[in-house]
Amino acid sequence: MNATLHRIAILIRKELIAILKDPRSRLVLVMPVILQSLLFGYAATFDLNEVPYALLDTDRSNASTQFVSLLDGSGVFDRVANLSSAKQIGETIGKKRALIVIHLPADFERNIVSGRGGVVQVIADGRNSNTGNVAASYVTAAVERFNTQWNELHGGSAPPLRIEARAWYNPNLETRWAMIPALIGALSMLQVLMLSALSVAREREQGTFDQLLVTPLRPTEIMIGKAVPPILIGLAQSSIIFLLARFWFGIPFQGSLFTLYSGLLLFTTAAVGIGLALSAFSKTMQQAMLYTFVLLMPMMLLSGLTSAISNMPKAMQYLTYANPLRYAIDLVRREYLEGAGFGYLIHDMWPLAIISMVTLPMAVWLFRHRLV
Amino acid sequence: MSDQNVHSQRLSWQRLRALTVKETRQLLRDKSNLMVGLFLPVVLILVFGYGLSFDIKNAPVAIVSQDNSPTARDVISGFYLSPYFTVTQLRSMEEAQRLMRAGKVEAIVYLQSDFSRRLAASNATIQVLVNGVDANRARVLESFAQGAIAQWSNKRAVAGASQAAAPPVRLETRLWFNEANTSTHFLVPGLIVLIMTLNGALLTSLVMAREWERGTLESLFVTPINTGELIASKLIPYFGVGLVGLAMCLLAGKFLFFVPIRGSLILIVLISMLYLLVSLSLGLLISAATKNQFLASQIALITSFLPALMLSGFIFDLRSVPAIVRAISTVLPPTYYVEALQTLFLAGNVPGLLIKDTAVLIAASIVLFVLIRINTRKQLA
Repeated sequence: MNATLHRIAILIRKELIAILKDPRSRLVLVMPVILQSLLFGYAATFDLNEVPYALLDTDRSNASTQFVSLLDGSGVFDRVANLSSAKQIGETIGKKRALIVIHLPADFERNIVSGRGGVVQVIADGRNSNTGNVAASYVTAAVERFNTQWNELHGGSAPPLRIEARAWYNPNLETRWAMIPALIGALSMLQVLMLSALSVAREREQGTFDQLLVTPLRPTEIMIGKAVPPILIGLAQSSIIFLLARFWFGIPFQGSLFTLYSGLLLFTTAAVGIGLALSAFSKTMQQAMLYTFVLLMPMMLLSGLTSAISNMPKAMQYLTYANPLRYAIDLVRREYLEGAGFGYLIHDMWPLAIISMVTLPMAVWLFRHRLV
Repeated sequence: MSDQNVHSQRLSWQRLRALTVKETRQLLRDKSNLMVGLFLPVVLILVFGYGLSFDIKNAPVAIVSQDNSPTARDVISGFYLSPYFTVTQLRSMEEAQRLMRAGKVEAIVYLQSDFSRRLAASNATIQVLVNGVDANRARVLESFAQGAIAQWSNKRAVAGASQAAAPPVRLETRLWFNEANTSTHFLVPGLIVLIMTLNGALLTSLVMAREWERGTLESLFVTPINTGELIASKLIPYFGVGLVGLAMCLLAGKFLFFVPIRGSLILIVLISMLYLLVSLSLGLLISAATKNQFLASQIALITSFLPALMLSGFIFDLRSVPAIVRAISTVLPPTYYVEALQTLFLAGNVPGLLIKDTAVLIAASIVLFVLIRINTRKQLA
């Protein structure tokens, strides 16, 4: 037993040296994680700070002026052009000069006063329908404010029904709060998978893996020795992103570190298991890298990182059950933002354990049965 | 240096052909290359077309109503009819909150026991609680819930059941270029950008690095082959693979996902070829500069693929990002390719935009070419 532990410890040490001795490799393990967290933290947002709009006010009445000043005073809408005819709308949107055109038709005020109700027309650029919809929802909010104002000033009755909307766990509904905790899993997986996929393939390509197999190390010991270093590196990367989320972006951490790290440990082990299995299967480093990549892409996209899993068709949803990142993102987000206890996260944890229990023994088996 | 290369100043078609044939064979024989070049696009097309969607359908919602009046039931039936929600009706708020914590429902709609009485007094409130962990989804859900309620109250106002008149101002929204409001329409052009980037940067970044690692590049340098021929022979086969990927995407976009092509198809193909050249050159530059397969693949991933996904305006709008991130995205070629493709697919031929995008891509490919030459030549000396 002691001898086993000793042999594994030596292999782990050797692996860590192999990964970390090259200063460029060290840099490649730390810098991208930091840079990407910062970049995506700022870039990956569906919120609009600024909606450039063009105004087509054909009414030019008191009511239309009041509506426009409400828009301009909101701090979100930025008037980039005043149009004089509907013909200009096409060019303004087409050339991306404005995201939306707000059209107040000539009978705007007349219809309000007569009680028929005025109409605000919004034409939004649908090339990115998501952005277009967000911008339109901002105008909806402005219209609601205008209605309330108008009723107060002109003695209309208050609406009989109010809707009180509140969001749990993310009160201002900031995309960043959803994105960065998810990156704790996603970014570290990128490199952990690649590192473990290369570890056996590199030795195969250089011919040193045969030598390793004739040493007293048993295949299971080789597997453990190969698995531990990338797991450590993955956890270190996750910690870097966690610290950035907590202290740079100031997203409050609601959960317990113990639960978070138990989840992350399970997740990283599952990712390393997949990487090692791929590695043991590949003949060359290039193959290992490309196979990893073919797997990585769908895993990233079908993980709930950018679009929710419940939006997918059923068949796709079943596929995501084999994706460790799917569980990790759910787990980290909920632990980080909701502080969901162990009990609520068990259903994310056991699939990760199963993935490890399948892939790691598979790697061991492939060590011996795929000699090239 | 010039003495060494005295034979190779002029391009030789024979040498170029021989080298290209060799590269093509190498590409075709390694299955892992073909997997990335041809199999991955198919996987991505399916994932993007069917898996990624920002459109919400059947979101699980709990409705807690302590009011049994017909009015309250009428409000609730609006949620049952909406395609956006799958409703679970509950009696108590505790139970609903438990389901929300367990992740079983994404929103709670709450009607108090005196809802209909207070509605008669024009003083009613409906609470909508959403789980904000996925902020974007939560926002859309919230507005759908509000929409379902607003629809009911408009219907009621029209029916004359309430004293209040119609609201002073209504909103009419039209989404140009994407009237159906489906995210697939803007995701498919983005997908083409991803596949072009992948083919270019990832595959080619490994090619040159592998030759450096194995030392075969140095033996090439003692042959009459010049740098230009070497670079061209590495680019041509992968260019071909890229074009096959493009064709697959275009066909899938048209016949599988019915994305409209409102601009000219020829322009789409031309600008895609131009971008392919840019991303291939970027891949070659990375591999010439790193001379190491692991580093090359990591850098290719970070400098080409992730920016194409995250910083190009393909999923996330660039208008809301801080100035520094926007500055980074303005120097990245994918940004312009995304803009050009989304415009060509959904808006049509908009000359002003397209000329700008094309000019930037041409400039980028020239800069990259010069950099590759510098990085490859240095080793010859």
